[in-house]
Amino acid sequence: MTQQNQWPLYEVFIRARSGLEHKHVGSLHAADSNMAIEHARDLYTRRQEGVSIWVVPSAQIVASDPADTDALFEPAKDKVYRHPTFYAIPDEVKNL
Amino acid sequence: MYTQGLDTLGADCLHTQQADSAALEERFQLRIDAEERIEPKDWMPDAYRQTLIRQISQHAHSEIVGMLPEGNWITRAPTLRRKAVLIAKVQDEGGHGAYLYSAAETLGVSRDELLDQLLSGAAKYSSIFNYPTPTWADVGAIGWLVDGAAIMNQIPICRCSYGPYARAMVRICKEESFHQRQGFEIMMTLANGTPEQRRMAQEALDRWWWPSLMMFGPNDAASKHTAQSMRWKIKRFSNDELRQKFVDITVPQAEFLGLKVPDPDLRWDPDEQHYRYGTIDWSEFQQVLKGNGPCNRERLEARRRAHEEGRWVREAAMAYAQKQRRREQAA
Repeated sequence: MTQQNQWPLYEVFIRARSGLEHKHVGSLHAADSNMAIEHARDLYTRRQEGVSIWVVPSAQIVASDPADTDALFEPAKDKVYRHPTFYAIPDEVKNL
Repeated sequence: MYTQGLDTLGADCLHTQQADSAALEERFQLRIDAEERIEPKDWMPDAYRQTLIRQISQHAHSEIVGMLPEGNWITRAPTLRRKAVLIAKVQDEGGHGAYLYSAAETLGVSRDELLDQLLSGAAKYSSIFNYPTPTWADVGAIGWLVDGAAIMNQIPICRCSYGPYARAMVRICKEESFHQRQGFEIMMTLANGTPEQRRMAQEALDRWWWPSLMMFGPNDAASKHTAQSMRWKIKRFSNDELRQKFVDITVPQAEFLGLKVPDPDLRWDPDEQHYRYGTIDWSEFQQVLKGNGPCNRERLEARRRAHEEGRWVREAAMAYAQKQRRREQAA
């Protein structure tokens, strides 16, 4: 089969039950987005794993580069004052 | 699982200098040693990538070819309940193949290349699926023994260093447990049935016992990939360790069924707290691996036919999708 005829790849996200967020579960090939939903139903919800499906063409996803990990995430490391445990409050003070 | 957008490799992957590559490899091994997971865009040694592509795709092919021996019995399952269960199980195997192909694709190989490798005979799959299923009892024995051995092999892979493979395996292991239990239930029913049914169960155990032990692969001394795979934490236990565990848990199950394991040398070793089993006939394993098993040709032929006969469906679906897209753009 030619490259053109290869069904594109979709990423699949499933909401396990209402109240929860959609979570990435894997990927699959489909000719179009409707077929991607149907395949996702068959592939990822055979045991009632979900109540809602999102599919996204994998080519549409923009991802960060692991080489940028430090530049992106390092600055948050020394900002422990963003966490409540950074502040010492005497034990006798309640509800804080 | 996430390629494409993710399929542009990270900047680290562009290092080509020899010195860089040695430093990267060292850092990679440190990450592995620290039990960090490797994800698709991370730098990885080429040999690690190739090893994973080989292992994951062989695993995927095994799931797909594994649908055939059991599919053989769907139309002849003894009751509607058994038939519904068997359809669900075979569908699961297809699903497992799909999870694994996706995981392999994150390493930069396409689904079409992987399928070509299977259909051309270049790729290997588990040699167990080259054995026939002459009776209904074989369906029970496959679930109990073959899926049992598969679970033993697969549970440690849930902690494999490569993230997408490990995640696919978590999903697969959750589903395999049903497969093994339904197989044992079939064996239990036959073992408690008429003398003829008992005989069917015993003969199926006789047929599947040794091939199941071979599923763990060659003895440690003869296994050429084990050491490196363990260093990379793709593999956590050696072939012989896993085989021993399988024997230890399966022999008492056979005893419960009142069936006899077809191994005259099998005995309990009270000092070591293990069952000692006889010598495996590795020449049979090598023959089946080389393509001379009872069903090698039939299995590949069935896959090729399915691929060819499905071609027009794949092409029609693609043509329809393209037409819909053109219409949307025109509107």
